[in-house]
Amino acid sequence: MGEFKVHRVRFFDYMPAAIRAMAFNRRTERLALARADGALEIFNFADNYFQEKVIPGQDGRAVEALCWVGRRLFSAGLNGEITEYDLENLRPRYTVEAYGGPIWTISGNDQGTLLAVGCEDGTVKMFEVLEDRIQFQRNLDRQKGRIISLCWHPSASLIAAGMMDMIRIFDVETGRATHRLLVERGVGASKSKEVVVWSIAFLSDHTIISGDSAGKVQIWDGLTGTLARTHLVTKWDVLALSVSQDESSLVAGTSEGTVVQFQFLSSTLDGQNKDWVRTRTFKNHSHDVRALVHTETAVVSGGMDTQLVVRPLLDKVEKNTQESAMRKMAFPHRSLVCCAKKAGLLLFQFPDHLELWRLGESDGHGETTMKFPLPPFQVSKLPKDLRSAHQLCFSTDSSRLFASSINSSVVVVALNQPECKYLHTLKPKSGEAESNLILEPVHLLFASEDGKWLATANTACEVQVYNLDKIKLHCTVPVYGSCPTAIAIHPTSSNLVVVHADQQIFEYSLVQKEYTEWSRRLQKQGLHSLWLERDTPITHVTFNPKHPAHIILHDMFMFCVIDQSLPLPEAKTRLFNQMILRSLPEPMRILHRHAFKMCKTFQNLMCVRLLEDHSLVVVERPLLDIMSQLPAPVRQKRFAT
Amino acid sequence: MVEHGDIRVVHRGGSKINSREPVVTNDSRFLLCASGERVKVFSTSTEECVHDLRGHTDLVTGVLLRPTNHLQVYSCSVDGTVRLWDFTDGILIKVQTCSWLMFDIVCMCVCAELFQLVAVHLPQSGDQLVEAQELSAVLSNVSSNPAATGFGRGVRAPPLRSPNAPPGAITYPKTDKDNKKGGKNTLMCIACHPKDDCIATGHEDGKIRLWRNFNHKKEYTYTTLHWHHNAVSSLRFTPEGTNLLSGGLESVLVQWRYNQESERDFLPRLGSAITHIAVSPDGTLFCTSHSDNKITIIQSCVKVSAVIQGLVNGESVRTDLMVDPRSKSLVLNGKPGHLQFYSLQRDKLLYNLDIVQQEYIHELGLQQFEVVKVAFDAPGNWMATVEERKPKAAEPEINLKLWAFDEQTQSFVLNTTVSAPHEAQITSMCFSQAADGQTSMLVSASEDGHFKAWQLPRSAYEGPSWSCDFVGDYRGLAPQCCCFSADGSLLAVSFQEVVTVWSPASWELLTTLSQPPKAIRDLCFGRLGCSKYLMGTTASNLLCCWNLLTCSLEWSTSMDVSLLLSDPLTENMAAFCCQAESTDLFVFKPSEPRPVASLKAVCSGKVTRAVFAPREEMLESCEESSQWLNRSQLYFLTQHMLLQSPAHVLPSTSVLCSMFVESLLVSVADGRSVVHEHLVHVFLNNSHSDHLCLTLNVSQQNTHRL
Repeated sequence: MGEFKVHRVRFFDYMPAAIRAMAFNRRTERLALARADGALEIFNFADNYFQEKVIPGQDGRAVEALCWVGRRLFSAGLNGEITEYDLENLRPRYTVEAYGGPIWTISGNDQGTLLAVGCEDGTVKMFEVLEDRIQFQRNLDRQKGRIISLCWHPSASLIAAGMMDMIRIFDVETGRATHRLLVERGVGASKSKEVVVWSIAFLSDHTIISGDSAGKVQIWDGLTGTLARTHLVTKWDVLALSVSQDESSLVAGTSEGTVVQFQFLSSTLDGQNKDWVRTRTFKNHSHDVRALVHTETAVVSGGMDTQLVVRPLLDKVEKNTQESAMRKMAFPHRSLVCCAKKAGLLLFQFPDHLELWRLGESDGHGETTMKFPLPPFQVSKLPKDLRSAHQLCFSTDSSRLFASSINSSVVVVALNQPECKYLHTLKPKSGEAESNLILEPVHLLFASEDGKWLATANTACEVQVYNLDKIKLHCTVPVYGSCPTAIAIHPTSSNLVVVHADQQIFEYSLVQKEYTEWSRRLQKQGLHSLWLERDTPITHVTFNPKHPAHIILHDMFMFCVIDQSLPLPEAKTRLFNQMILRSLPEPMRILHRHAFKMCKTFQNLMCVRLLEDHSLVVVERPLLDIMSQLPAPVRQKRFAT
Repeated sequence: MVEHGDIRVVHRGGSKINSREPVVTNDSRFLLCASGERVKVFSTSTEECVHDLRGHTDLVTGVLLRPTNHLQVYSCSVDGTVRLWDFTDGILIKVQTCSWLMFDIVCMCVCAELFQLVAVHLPQSGDQLVEAQELSAVLSNVSSNPAATGFGRGVRAPPLRSPNAPPGAITYPKTDKDNKKGGKNTLMCIACHPKDDCIATGHEDGKIRLWRNFNHKKEYTYTTLHWHHNAVSSLRFTPEGTNLLSGGLESVLVQWRYNQESERDFLPRLGSAITHIAVSPDGTLFCTSHSDNKITIIQSCVKVSAVIQGLVNGESVRTDLMVDPRSKSLVLNGKPGHLQFYSLQRDKLLYNLDIVQQEYIHELGLQQFEVVKVAFDAPGNWMATVEERKPKAAEPEINLKLWAFDEQTQSFVLNTTVSAPHEAQITSMCFSQAADGQTSMLVSASEDGHFKAWQLPRSAYEGPSWSCDFVGDYRGLAPQCCCFSADGSLLAVSFQEVVTVWSPASWELLTTLSQPPKAIRDLCFGRLGCSKYLMGTTASNLLCCWNLLTCSLEWSTSMDVSLLLSDPLTENMAAFCCQAESTDLFVFKPSEPRPVASLKAVCSGKVTRAVFAPREEMLESCEESSQWLNRSQLYFLTQHMLLQSPAHVLPSTSVLCSMFVESLLVSVADGRSVVHEHLVHVFLNNSHSDHLCLTLNVSQQNTHRL
């Protein structure tokens, strides 16, 4: 695969924010996730858990709770506002002040007509969901103490509210509290402390399940308002609860980082006398589990340790398949590092600032890179069409800037003049005819080196190529069912390489407007199973100018050079064969070579780029460094300490 | 034995009572457990053995109360029979023969080295001896460990070719094998809830899993309980299913509340690792079997009410077998750091004496102090012990302790501790046999090339303590054996091929005797009328007799004597000769090279330890060949715990004058006895009688034995 001089960069102090809330839309299989910095992320569980959309956060807008109503996403936070998001244009659509102090929780009924929010002042406020906004309807009876958690009964006639030291059940029709369930405080020193009902679930058989700060998961009979059973789960807090859709399984997340599963099981084979029984315990987090989702086949959890964990339930999925493997998502599925090939500059993207670094010289033996943080530049006035851009891209000669904008369009700005000048907007063809078509945002942009082509990919899996000379759409690549994660146009052959979230690779000839011979061969033979089993998406594709047949791509755990001139690996051959090849004599080596050359020397990769001088920049962010910056977890007694 | 019809080797006791789970009777008054070839009935309140159900001719491998008559009990054995007993009267009611070896009253095996769970139909018939022919396999390929087989609720007598396998039996261990990660969750034991469809499994990593949800979609789910830090060796639900009991190496009985598993009770300090747990049918008594051959009876998980202790089978008997002259009990290694005093007449442990007096810490690879030598003086006033710890890459630590018998407490009290009495391992130690009891003297020989004499000075006011009196050596050689003559006037110490004879009064080297070319292995003075003779065996398979009056070799004969010992009450000496995998016993008087009695093939394997123990009542036998047993009995310990086939003939009670040689059973890491580890144990909630499930094993080895 050739030898590279490597700049090994470890000074990108990327620190993901803690996961604060999650909501899962079972119909569209999208998971909405809110982080402590207010950023919102949408994961598509139907498409290899790909992180489709990211809505950056705003100062003072920390999200406390999330809620899907149909395809609409609402959030509420401690600033007392309810926000609806515009998922097409990746920005908040509007915010509504609830006038009840900080909002702790938000919950919509199953019918999608009402939103209930729980406020600091003890009120449960009902909002009517209208077509384009929400409207305050009324307050339920005001209680003393804040409303921490809310859950609707599936019939939408009752609502259960978790408060300090108690749970209340409200009749939605009358607005009156029908039951008051007192939650016992913890024992010992915590007796004097109020117990917080952090999370609550209301099942269709009127069972109420609560998780509280005394470490209990309690099961109540909501009809009589009596306690049925107490499970002491942890010495610390039970922070989150989630029930499966068939109401046969329940998971509870604790401050110890464990997720405890309860199942509604009958004690005998005949299926009578069902009871909630504590079953498995999953320990995949080092810190608080703040958000939990019980999907059909898996438990999705996230919390203070910033990782999103998808833990399949082994009794629901086929064993020893890709589906049964646990996934931990630590890094965003897009590149946060930008690299200037000629100048040797690195631009690191942080939620609220950027860092620009110049690569230093090394003595050629070690992999050292000196770091020089550069002072920030002043940018001249921008045209107003550039106000909301999801993705930016410069042409190779730096004369133009491309910005993906609203309605799946791309704004082109000229940079030759002393100040930027708006040139025109590139729009996909379908835009004008069907105005009610949902236009997904463009999340990938690539301008070809010769300045002729601009390729865009959006989250609706569409890949479009514009001819920049004629300023019009050149072609649309046939839509493939998985979202593109990286695109690139070959500098000489003008072939477009698209990598998708399901790890498939396509090469499309822009001249002939069809898949290339190599791409067809690859599809015919199929990719190696080990390649398909990788669980992080390819986030960048580039080419080696010295070897036109080489495609360089990387994900979080490896980078790979695909040599198009070599035969594709057979299903039975070893995919990772670099070490074996090295030990073989020259004639044997040729026999065993195949197109995929993978390197796992570098781990937790944020970026792999090839510089002009043929050296490689590798930006690593070890997970241990992230872990060490987290606050100390809760104290736990460990055996033999 | 055939040639000596009235003398035979009989296995009398000391066998394992912890090999299988004990059974508590319905009224909680009796405890039944398999013990070697017998079933023992103990009283749960007095700890006494009430009955000894004899009849099986091989190891008993399972005991089970008869469900229709709670005063009767079934037992199965490797000899291929199932016997029905009335345990209150100790009467054999019925014998059922099967053509397989029963390995458990739960499982059975049909083809070679494969265990199967089978149901045996026991025909109703008036005859005492019936042959069971109706066998049906319930499950094939079950674990050889009976703890890994369990019966769930509502199991009926399985009809032939039952389509509906009992819920939960054995299939779940397999589920577990599927998801093994790191291989540490190997299944150790299983228990089924008596009412719910819940199966508890104990694992090697100390976790207990409660499996539930056995529907047809195979959506099993489990709860993990974790307290044990080592493998869980036994699990049992109480009869009502309200509690789960678990035990393991920690010697703590843990009681988990069913469905409220965060609440648990502990009964700690049970002495040694728990191997089995049994619960009485009314749930009031728990019984735990322990690895040191002990059964503890516990009242409602709070109080130990009785302890039934068998002979502790340590890893090796390094101390040799000794007889305490006062209690006439057998003394040997017991629990780590202890000596056990074991009554041979009653087959019961009298007490354990803590020699090391240190906290025992269980840890793999940790070097512990071990008692390696014990000696008693003739009247039993003094006992000397040597304990040794050999740390890796360091000098061994040796302590010599002298214990005085205290008349008030009727036990031994530590008098003197000599730390590092020698620089190297002590090879031999003996007290002077002087009859006056005033001038006790102890001689210890060590590999450091010295032998030391220890004496109790009389002039000490503040309580006498022992001190070194003399250090002797001979040409820098390492002494091997030492032996006092009967009157205590001579001391013989062997230095390789040379025997030196010393006078303990003046510490003068009187004479040397030698029989080259090989080193001396054993030394023994003659007793009573033969006290002028000194017997010795050499490594070159020579048995020599020296006359000390003439200081010359009286006679010698060539035989491979593995063990030589003298009877302190008679002139007789016994020599065990190992020849071709079996051991012969010769009894002779030193005065003439003609054996008084000889027994061929007393056991297979080598006899390593033996002792003459005095009889309580003298026998009046006039037959020459059995006269030597009139005053003492010879007990020996075999290397392999195997019961010899001719010994299967049970001694009838009328033949009183027969020789009673006890083969004390030691656990061994022998291929065959590993199979025996898996014997015996039963649990079955069979509501209908007449069907029993049995484990039989027809492994190649055993078929061969048949």
